[in-house]
Amino acid sequence: MSTQSIRVFRKLEGLFSVYKPKGVHWKLVRDTVETNILKGINAAPPSAPRLRVKFLLGPGGSKSSSDLTLSAASLPALSDHPLVSGPEFQQVRVGVGHRLDAFSSGVLVLGVGHGNKALKDLYGSCVTRDYILEGEFGMATNNFTHTGTVIEKTTYDHITRDKLEKVLAMMQGVNQKALLVYSNVDMSSQEAYELAVKGALRPDGKTPPIMLGLRCLHFQPPHFTLEVQCINETQRYLCKVLHEVGLELRSSAFCKGVRRTRDGPFILRDTLTRHHWAAPDVMQAIQHYRSLTKAPKHTRMDTNSTITGTQEDNHTDNQWQEKGGKEAIAPLN
Amino acid sequence: MASACMQLCSCLLRLKTTRIVLQYTSRAQKCPVASSGVPVMSSILHSAHTSFLTRPSSRLRLRRSYSTTNAHTSLKKDIEALPELSAGEVVPYNNPLSQQLRDGMTSTEVQQISLDLDTAARLSPLDEISDQEALRLDVPSALPPASFSLRDYVDESETLSKLVQLGVKLWKLEQRPNVGSMLLKLDFHTDVAPRLVFLKEIGVEDSRLGHIVTHNPFILTESLENLRARVAYLRSKKFSSEGVASMVSRAPYLLNFSVQRLDNRLGFYQQQLGLSTQKTRELVGRLPRLLCGSLEPVKENLKVFQLELGFRENEIQHIVMTIPKVLTANKKKLTHIFDYVHNTMNVPQSLIVKFPQVMNSKYLRIQERHLFLQYLRKAQYDPALPNYISLDRLVSLPDQDFCTELASATLEDFELFLKTL
Repeated sequence: MSTQSIRVFRKLEGLFSVYKPKGVHWKLVRDTVETNILKGINAAPPSAPRLRVKFLLGPGGSKSSSDLTLSAASLPALSDHPLVSGPEFQQVRVGVGHRLDAFSSGVLVLGVGHGNKALKDLYGSCVTRDYILEGEFGMATNNFTHTGTVIEKTTYDHITRDKLEKVLAMMQGVNQKALLVYSNVDMSSQEAYELAVKGALRPDGKTPPIMLGLRCLHFQPPHFTLEVQCINETQRYLCKVLHEVGLELRSSAFCKGVRRTRDGPFILRDTLTRHHWAAPDVMQAIQHYRSLTKAPKHTRMDTNSTITGTQEDNHTDNQWQEKGGKEAIAPLN
Repeated sequence: MASACMQLCSCLLRLKTTRIVLQYTSRAQKCPVASSGVPVMSSILHSAHTSFLTRPSSRLRLRRSYSTTNAHTSLKKDIEALPELSAGEVVPYNNPLSQQLRDGMTSTEVQQISLDLDTAARLSPLDEISDQEALRLDVPSALPPASFSLRDYVDESETLSKLVQLGVKLWKLEQRPNVGSMLLKLDFHTDVAPRLVFLKEIGVEDSRLGHIVTHNPFILTESLENLRARVAYLRSKKFSSEGVASMVSRAPYLLNFSVQRLDNRLGFYQQQLGLSTQKTRELVGRLPRLLCGSLEPVKENLKVFQLELGFRENEIQHIVMTIPKVLTANKKKLTHIFDYVHNTMNVPQSLIVKFPQVMNSKYLRIQERHLFLQYLRKAQYDPALPNYISLDRLVSLPDQDFCTELASATLEDFELFLKTL
């Protein structure tokens, strides 16, 4: 028996992304979205109440008190009244993909209902994530961010852009080596060579955080901005990376902001801001991602895992496909 | 199981009658809940007062004692119309499988009934019976003896159906512990109706009655003298009758508090805030739940205003009279917002006092809008300088108006900017 509410719920099942504001715990975001989705689903009109046959006693024809006649009447049952049974949906399963801590902001992938299965596959597969890190030279703090207590202060006049780029290149090289090690392929085999040529050398399963790409977007001492592509990371690790960049440059640095701009195939452009965390917008976002996954994709060969200026979308599609993401999303189609 | 079947037959909604119609002696009852189909032995008659099988305590209990309350139902006519039978008379029944036990039986009457098992055995369900006897056969409704939900009883209970017609959200009330049982025990004509009439008398609108009972079902168990005394007290404090009606409909628990407690609270607000009687009346009339909740959070909030935020007494008075809600707001939120507005946005305290709406709004809203204006280099909150943006407009305008009037940008630009924060 499919009521209006159930039909609305079916349209709301799937994956979508929201933009988590800074300073807010991810659980609050998830709870708010769940409440708003429930409001949208329960706003649909309820189905008609069932009819019950009631035998009502009425005065008989002969006017004597002992004579009664039963008349059948079909009346709506009060037990189906919305004030008695309550709203049809009291809880909706909304799952969160890769979490973001309260200090960070950015793309947060959520899944509703059956979309949680695809979410689980997405979470398990090694999709890359893009971050933009804002840092500042001159201080080192205990939790690597501007909210912590200051441990030391240093000068930063000697830092130039090319020194920074050198340090970043060195770090990227180290991470490349780690990537090769963790891809579980024997380096001296033909298979390894072919995979490397195609750019399909990827780690699988549990690895420590590996940065596949690192570059400097903006440099104006003491402020600087880095863009990172990584897998298996935590936001605290990224703040620590900034701290280490400062150390490598014989100075110190701390992080002022961590912003996730991409999580697998979910890019910043399609995220829902706080004002759009309601059922109709969520429905639209889910439809959008469903249409994306339905469209045929050609596998773009990625020569190297560095950011060489290739478009992020194709890069992500490639990643998504390689990790068997297509099968994961298939149930949504 | 057996006693559960027993309780089943003690329908809550049967009228109390001493005219016991014990139509059959062996307790071969079909128990819909248990669906055991096992003929229940006559020994159960003696265990008429055994307690229920222990089930999870959250279930609603239908005790046999309910049968002795004045529960009038639509089936009253049915019972009265049937031929009078004296206590203890045994009428041989013809259908051993039908449930025909009436309530109102006490243990003494139980013993008087002779158990005629042979009579029961001789009769068969396939025998034809006359119309008179068919009418006398009473099929009690299949009410479960205990249930998690009021859904099972609402069709049979007059009280519950009338409450649903009034607009009371039974689904919310049944989640509260013991409220469901309490509502079932109430009788509409003697308990509920007088109190609803009383509420109407003091001026509460019909559409609000459902809301009041949903939030405070205990108003139906409060004694009428107490309710009248409290309304009289409020009137004596020079609250107008419309004011009292509006206060009761917005704070449903108000009339459950004793006169002393109400007096205590009114005195507290007058003293602590240093307000005149007229102003206190206005404050409480605007936010009647100030009289209902605990005073500790209010005291803490006042201390926060005085010590942490550093407002003077007349400033606090002005803020509270404009936005009474700050008295019960979250302290962390208050300090967070004040810190952002005063230290990051560099708005002086005097200006914050002029626009207390800022303390009531969401922190994220203030932050996003301020950063957007700062990005557009329009964040100017000093009234002396040109292009001044007032705090109340910053906070209270909806997004579209904020973008067009204050920021001179489009909503899409604002959204794009939000994604860069």
